[in-house]
Amino acid sequence: MSTLNLTLKIWRQAGPEAEGKIETRKAQNIPIEASFLEMLDIVNQQIIETGGDPIHFDHDCREGICGMCSLTINGVPHSKEVGTTTCQVHMRKFNDGDTIFIEPFRANAFPVLKDLVTDRTAFDRIIASGGYIDVRTGSAPDANSVPIPKEQADWAFDAATCIGCGACVASCKNSSAMLFVSAKAAHLNSLPQGQPEKDKRVLSMVRQMDAEGFGNCTNQYECEAACPKLISADNIAKLNRDFAIASVKEAVAMV
Amino acid sequence: MNSSLQFISTFWSSSIGKKIVVAITGLILTLFLAGHLSGNMLIFVGEHAFNEYAYFLHHMLHGAGVWIARIVLLTALVLHVVGTVQLTKMNRAAGQSYNTDGTQRSSFSSKIMIWSGLTILAFIVYHILHYTARVGNEFNNPEKYEIMLDGHVAHNAYKMVIDGFSWLPASIFYIIAVTLLCSHLSHGVASIFQTLGLRTNKTEKLINTGAQVYSILIWVGFVSIPVSVLLHLVK
Repeated sequence: MSTLNLTLKIWRQAGPEAEGKIETRKAQNIPIEASFLEMLDIVNQQIIETGGDPIHFDHDCREGICGMCSLTINGVPHSKEVGTTTCQVHMRKFNDGDTIFIEPFRANAFPVLKDLVTDRTAFDRIIASGGYIDVRTGSAPDANSVPIPKEQADWAFDAATCIGCGACVASCKNSSAMLFVSAKAAHLNSLPQGQPEKDKRVLSMVRQMDAEGFGNCTNQYECEAACPKLISADNIAKLNRDFAIASVKEAVAMV
Repeated sequence: MNSSLQFISTFWSSSIGKKIVVAITGLILTLFLAGHLSGNMLIFVGEHAFNEYAYFLHHMLHGAGVWIARIVLLTALVLHVVGTVQLTKMNRAAGQSYNTDGTQRSSFSSKIMIWSGLTILAFIVYHILHYTARVGNEFNNPEKYEIMLDGHVAHNAYKMVIDGFSWLPASIFYIIAVTLLCSHLSHGVASIFQTLGLRTNKTEKLINTGAQVYSILIWVGFVSIPVSVLLHLVK
């Protein structure tokens, strides 16, 4: 079994108000079969055994579908592997003797809680502002009772694969949440069920996004490159278009 | 009236609204460049054609045309600059930097937009003082620059351009500014389509290539003038 010896440069921060710093730590005998998070588990086990404070990081499903894991690995959220979450990055992608920088997802709208754990509830508030549809409660409708063209269903599905991890914000030079908001809006806006509240949804979600202190999109598409679900920046163009239309409609309604 | 003011204020204060204003004003300024360049190219046709064109610009719609254009362009410029400076400030306030640079896709031009833009702004001020207001030079002196053109008194714009660019520092600043303009356009023109929601995955390549080609054409066209003057190809 091959193993790696690595030097980790990890962001340590005791709490939200505390000053953080990069801590250098050796990671010895890491099996190449380990995932990135398992590598951190091994390091943490050693820290715990010597009575230290383990490195705090977010994780949940560890199978790339929940959006809970984060980490910026060598400056890239979820590492430079294309379309991969941190939990699905394996140590075989690294070489023996590598130095790896591990930092939290950085954005003022995502404050650090401890070490590598950030508060991403700003995304929840954006969803609560309009990322839903109002439906009657009761039994689920029959499948295919609402006909949707295949192409449209595919487009909506692609947008819906966003797991809301926040890598788009973390990779953006301006900490903009446009890829997340546009994917969530496009998912519902391109389906018949989302039509009645389309304009209201776009305006509310964009306004909530602005209120949370995210930056503005400068069309550099770092988000698209970092996204573990390969969400397309075409969604951003669609959000811009839908926002312009909704704004004009709102203005006409005001007069 | 009150509600339309309210709409403008809400639209301007939203992130996407402000960007749409920047995109539309950017489009106006981009189209102006194409017009400005085609007119300027008449310098290679000859003195008569160029001066006739200058005379036409100043006298179309009984002299009102040039002022309408100036007001539209100045408004577009002010909105474009104020909008982008405000957006840049917000972006700086929203972000934090990493200890290692993980940039994957951003082009060099996209990263220097605010600096290329502000240099172009400084150049525009200089360019207007140089050739429009004609401050600190003799271009307004009727003895040197007044000619008879098809039976009426006209300004010798052709001679003004040649004299203006014969001074090396002016030409160097001009070439630097146009080079930054080319960089600004290579990211800006493609961004117009994205911000106005006109880009899709099918048109992405076409739009990016079109923006590059357009910015190179603008560079070659504008730079050819001072270079030709300095090399005495136009005299």
